[in-house]
Amino acid sequence: MSGSPEAAGGYNFAYLDEQTKRMIRRAILKAVAIPGYQVPFGGREMPMPHGWGTGGIQVTASIIGRDDTLKVIDQGADDTTNAVSIRGFFTRTAGVTTTARTEEASVIQTRHRFPEKPLRAGQILVFQVPIPEPLRWLEPRESETRKMHALEEYGIMHVRLYEDIAQLGRITTAYDYPVRVNDRYIMRPSPIPKFDNPKLDNNPALLLFGAGREKRIYAVPPFTKVKSLDFEDHPFEVQSWDHACSLCGARESFLDEIVTDDRGARIYVCSDTDFCAERRDTGHGRVDASEAAE
Amino acid sequence: MYVAVKGGERAIAAAHRLLADERRGDPSVPELSIAQIEQQMSLAVDRVMSEGALYDRELAALAIKQARGDLVEAIFLLRAYRTTLPRLGHTLPIDTGRMAVRRRISATFKDVPGGQILGPTFDYTHRLLDFTLAAEEQATPQPPQPPTGDAEPITSMPRVTDIMTAEGILAPETDSSEGNSIADLTREPLAFPADRDARLQALARADEGFLLGLGYSTQRGYGRSHPFAGEVRMGAVAVEIQPEELPFPIEIGDVELTECQMINQYKGSAETLPQFTRGYGLAFGQGERKAMAMALVDRALRAAELGESADSPAQDAEFVLYHCDNLEASGFVQHLKLPHYVDFQAELGTLRALRAARREAAE
Repeated sequence: MSGSPEAAGGYNFAYLDEQTKRMIRRAILKAVAIPGYQVPFGGREMPMPHGWGTGGIQVTASIIGRDDTLKVIDQGADDTTNAVSIRGFFTRTAGVTTTARTEEASVIQTRHRFPEKPLRAGQILVFQVPIPEPLRWLEPRESETRKMHALEEYGIMHVRLYEDIAQLGRITTAYDYPVRVNDRYIMRPSPIPKFDNPKLDNNPALLLFGAGREKRIYAVPPFTKVKSLDFEDHPFEVQSWDHACSLCGARESFLDEIVTDDRGARIYVCSDTDFCAERRDTGHGRVDASEAAE
Repeated sequence: MYVAVKGGERAIAAAHRLLADERRGDPSVPELSIAQIEQQMSLAVDRVMSEGALYDRELAALAIKQARGDLVEAIFLLRAYRTTLPRLGHTLPIDTGRMAVRRRISATFKDVPGGQILGPTFDYTHRLLDFTLAAEEQATPQPPQPPTGDAEPITSMPRVTDIMTAEGILAPETDSSEGNSIADLTREPLAFPADRDARLQALARADEGFLLGLGYSTQRGYGRSHPFAGEVRMGAVAVEIQPEELPFPIEIGDVELTECQMINQYKGSAETLPQFTRGYGLAFGQGERKAMAMALVDRALRAAELGESADSPAQDAEFVLYHCDNLEASGFVQHLKLPHYVDFQAELGTLRALRAARREAAE
């Protein structure tokens, strides 16, 4: 997937200059070689603010080629404003084909979700990462956390999870739930709900993580073991709902809660808009609230 | 019943049109020109160039116009443009000792070779609103004429710090970088421990307000360093490059700079006699507040290297350098506006489960 340099509106193909892309690709290769390890890279200023996905955008810009088909989602949806904006950026600077269909995309950039439909070998999922360091809330200093990773000194993380169980009876981390990659590095999966964590394990697709402000790239190569941290007597478990999607009736997808009036009425719909739309197209129907709440 | 809570292309396009309209304001009021901003908002232009890390008055003025006067936004525009520029080469180190000085003051000596020059400063103005400025057509103020007679153009204005270094009472600045490699944070990410070259670069690009608060905190006892403004100078400095094929450097232009050398007490160590040390600040244009605050923070960050205890925020390199960039800070603070439905939904689930468990336990 090499980007051929060509000006689009005065800028290089996919915005970044070729030297920068090479630097980022080298960081990606290193990240793939050491699964879960955070590789520092010379992150650039992008024409959108930090926090809007500058890391993911730099990764996508470095790997995307003319023949790629790009899908961009935010909160699982293709039509959220920032997903629309990022897709527009690549349409404008790289002229690539875009799609909302998970299976048609060769590169998928995402914020906060893992698509519901299984990915296949050859696809690349690029995550936008706000804080790459899983130990950050326990130790604010980068110089310390780098040492802790190097020495595999992860006791502090297990103690934190244990404290949750001791005080509250359960691990309360609901998203950005820490994982261990390839039995070595503890990694932050970016703020995806823990519902999505099992999809990281042994996935046939390449998973790349870009943190622009913090200038770090990390990766989970295809078919790599990714284990959510837990204890024998408190095994990892994911969220479930007492409801089905009001639009397509799905019971196995991550649902967003939508408040529909000021008296507390709410419905639940799939956060993955492509998954939901396809189910509706193939005859899965609307479920009314009473039925959905069974 | 399911209302479209998710925005789209049309909303974004409409927001852009609205923004353009707001930027222009009332069309019956004449539009600002880039030249007007450059000339009459020159200190805003200076700040945008400093923190935008690009010396180009016209582009900085354009950025200010486009950003509706929001300087942090203007700095962002300039940085995002700067990052796309090719690197043609490196200049030689500038020599502020050879500055064409427009302002120069020292708070440490009553008189210094070259004299004290007040220059265009707000320092001794009375901050009374000047209502005559509200009248639009006014006579152009005449700048004062330089003294006539035997006064020669100021050719030699040695830096106060050079005079003190010659006497040995001020620690000389040493080149800490190995060989010719100088840190460049726009190419390589920050790493710790960060050497002074990297620290100074980060501080030069840092948010003026953040440095001002931190510098101020050192004066109030959080990492006290007993500073004196050894010298503040402002003026134009020649920028030179050394082409490989020539035996001498060539001047490619001038940049206007403000430099502050802060002089600080230092008790010495077992090996060194007591002497003064310094903190350094540099900003494009007339950026005195920034340069002075930067010098205070630079000195505070040298605590470890000088064997001082480092337990105040301004002395903590990771704290200062990771949080001083207004692009990073502004972006991350404001990204909280972006949708977080999914993480919030996950949190809601946990919170409800915890509440249910507590209620059950109570029953």
